[in-house]
Amino acid sequence: MLEEFTWEFIVGHMNYWLFIVLMMTGLYVVVARGNLVKKIVGLNIFQVSVFMLYISIGKITGGTAPIFSTNLQGKIKLDPEIVYSNPLPHVLILTAIVVGVATTSLGLALIVRIREEYGTIEEQGILTIERDMVHEEERVHGEAMGGRG
Amino acid sequence: MATETGTAQEVVHQAAALADHLPMLVVLVPFVAAPLVVVLGSRGLAWWLAFVASVVSTVIAAALLARVFDGSVISYAIGGWAPPLGIEYRIDAANAFVLLLVAGISTVILPYAKVSVAAEVPKKNHTLFYAAYLLCFTGLLGVTATGDAFNVFVFLEISSLSTYVLVAQGSYRDKRAFTAAYDYLIMGTIGATFFVIGIGFLYMATGTLNMADIADRIAEQGSNRTVRAAFAFIVVGMGLKAAVYPLHLWLPGAYTRAPSAITAFLAGTATKVAIYVLLRFFFSVFQPGFTFTVNTLEIIVIPLAILAMFAASFIAIFQNDFKRMLAYSSIAQIGYILLGVGLLTATGLTAGIAHLFNHGITKATLFMGVGAIVLRVGGSWYDRIDGLGRTMPWTSAAIVLGGLSLIGVPGTAGFISKWLLVQAALEKGWWPIALLVVASSLLAVVYVWRVVEALYLRVPQGRAAEATDPPLMMLIPLGLAALACIWFGFDTRVTIGASQMAAEGLLAGSAGMLDSVGASSALPLGAGH
Amino acid sequence: MMHHHLILRVVTKLLVGTIILFALYVQFHGDFSPGGGFQAGVIMAVAFILYGIVFRLEKVQRVLPPWVVHKLMALGVLIYAGTGILSFFLGYNYLDYGAFSPDHPSHGQHWGILAVEFGVGVTVTGVMISIYYAFAARTPLIDDEAW
Repeated sequence: MLEEFTWEFIVGHMNYWLFIVLMMTGLYVVVARGNLVKKIVGLNIFQVSVFMLYISIGKITGGTAPIFSTNLQGKIKLDPEIVYSNPLPHVLILTAIVVGVATTSLGLALIVRIREEYGTIEEQGILTIERDMVHEEERVHGEAMGGRG
Repeated sequence: MATETGTAQEVVHQAAALADHLPMLVVLVPFVAAPLVVVLGSRGLAWWLAFVASVVSTVIAAALLARVFDGSVISYAIGGWAPPLGIEYRIDAANAFVLLLVAGISTVILPYAKVSVAAEVPKKNHTLFYAAYLLCFTGLLGVTATGDAFNVFVFLEISSLSTYVLVAQGSYRDKRAFTAAYDYLIMGTIGATFFVIGIGFLYMATGTLNMADIADRIAEQGSNRTVRAAFAFIVVGMGLKAAVYPLHLWLPGAYTRAPSAITAFLAGTATKVAIYVLLRFFFSVFQPGFTFTVNTLEIIVIPLAILAMFAASFIAIFQNDFKRMLAYSSIAQIGYILLGVGLLTATGLTAGIAHLFNHGITKATLFMGVGAIVLRVGGSWYDRIDGLGRTMPWTSAAIVLGGLSLIGVPGTAGFISKWLLVQAALEKGWWPIALLVVASSLLAVVYVWRVVEALYLRVPQGRAAEATDPPLMMLIPLGLAALACIWFGFDTRVTIGASQMAAEGLLAGSAGMLDSVGASSALPLGAGH
Repeated sequence: MMHHHLILRVVTKLLVGTIILFALYVQFHGDFSPGGGFQAGVIMAVAFILYGIVFRLEKVQRVLPPWVVHKLMALGVLIYAGTGILSFFLGYNYLDYGAFSPDHPSHGQHWGILAVEFGVGVTVTGVMISIYYAFAARTPLIDDEAW
């Protein structure tokens, strides 16, 4: 297995290494950061890493933009010498980018409302408030249930 | 790295009869209704449009199930581009059955939702609420109907994004709906992104996105590291969406805080659709013949399923809020479904798929019951529901029927699938697993009993004393769902029949799927390799 | 607020029209060169967002009230789906553009893509502007001067 890791393999797959680094960075930020906005930032980094993965898949050595060149009459000139990049992953990732934009804006909208209701966007503060709410509920309902809780 | 540089394929222009468009129409109808609701902007029309779209989808789903009940496959090429290059919708017994479940539950819940939502969500949000609901519905149907791996992701995100919005609508009763929706958004997005990474790896390995075509090519080239990585990412990603045990953390909060009608809808459909996708990938895309598939199912999925059955049931017992208890019970029930799947036999898979359906209607019944209680007494804590058996007799009766089905008492839908599950375990000679299924059902007895005790053996106090059964608009769907729990406990022709058909189709692996693509895969696809 | 930023205001006024023109170019030239509905929609939205940032939200909402933006979002999706439904009623598969020119399917492809991309463009414009409206319309909890 180790002999696969030649210098050319490592440099030749630079995009994929960066994909892994970005992916793990993003995931780490989502998990480790207490600030809700920073979590969204982490989520964005995580998603962007996937965009990079897909775009790397579509790359063909020496490939150019997959658009047929046309002459002045609008006739398509097909040159068998030209190598084109694979456009399909690009199209797919265009969709994923749109999904990412929607997720980000929805997440930020939720944060705005959380800030208005809780007065904080720090996870710790929110958890404290929610724990107090649960204690209060348990107390009120626990008394009413008379030891069944 | 496989890349596809083949020349554009011939477009298949086909003039078709209406009946041939059904696989696309089932998704298209709610998809068109959603923007129509926004453009018309009328509060009254919004509900009607949603309801009509839902009814039409249900009828189409039923027609589709009837057409594929004999084990045939319907393929529909979007845009006339023949698969595997174009996006294909393909309906077989497995997804027609799930389509019917999703559409049917939506149709039953919408009349109920009209009253329930009016009470729980402010009027100004209603139009957009139903638009989001329709989008969620479209997404779930689309995930089920499509035969294209990337299309699954797109529809999954359509349904997920609108689900986050719908969950947040519960904030008018409890501000914790916002944090629940936020947690769901973070975890759901991580799940979906994992899924998309998996699809990317599959595309790297095979150069195609059509599920049947991927299956074909993986079968040809055998297992390699890219395929295994794709499998791992897809299983974890979909596991998050399906709330498979250790990945379930978003579920209790989201189900507890969402508006009652939405909880009932999601509990009956969203996780079930995610499990369907898992099944599709376990069996149709990655063949059960691969050791990594078998190992994952036997070493990871079965233990986790059993853990879910016990751990989540235990947590459910100690909940003091009826709605939250049901949420934890859902996690446990997902364990049963996955256990059946993990057994990897025809009976086990039949049990899993039948439980997917039966649990869907059972949980929808129970959550609708909770919604009726919330409407009348303003909460679902056990002290609030004391004595409702006297003041809300019909609602309580429906809840008890749902509860019996949840436990798996003979004569209810839950019994049928659990019985099949025990049978499947015994068939394989795994009697300890059969015992565990029975033992965990006893835990269900405990948590359902706590509800029954509160409903019938207590004296109603406060608002519970003046409560009455909800309006007929809510009571009739609730009653219908409760009767369905009993009906499918006796009449198993549709549930078991379709589940068997689906299980056979899935276990046949890609062989079953390839029949209908046979014609198209003969086309010069690999010309540019 | 922005009364003293004379250069900014003049340049914005000059740019807005150009941006919209560029958006339309990207939109309708999308089938010959890079571009299409997504990109055009975002560029179109940028024109309005820039105007809103420089001249305040109320001004841009006089041009494009929030309810119009909401309808635009949905209308674009309807144009998209409607194209598909049209092809479907003409006896072809959903979104089979060949339906629009049965004798010359590649002409049909052109028309179909134009219609669909127009729908995408309208929706993306609507969504982007309404995201901007939704965030900008909230009264800030901290005053701008306090930063």
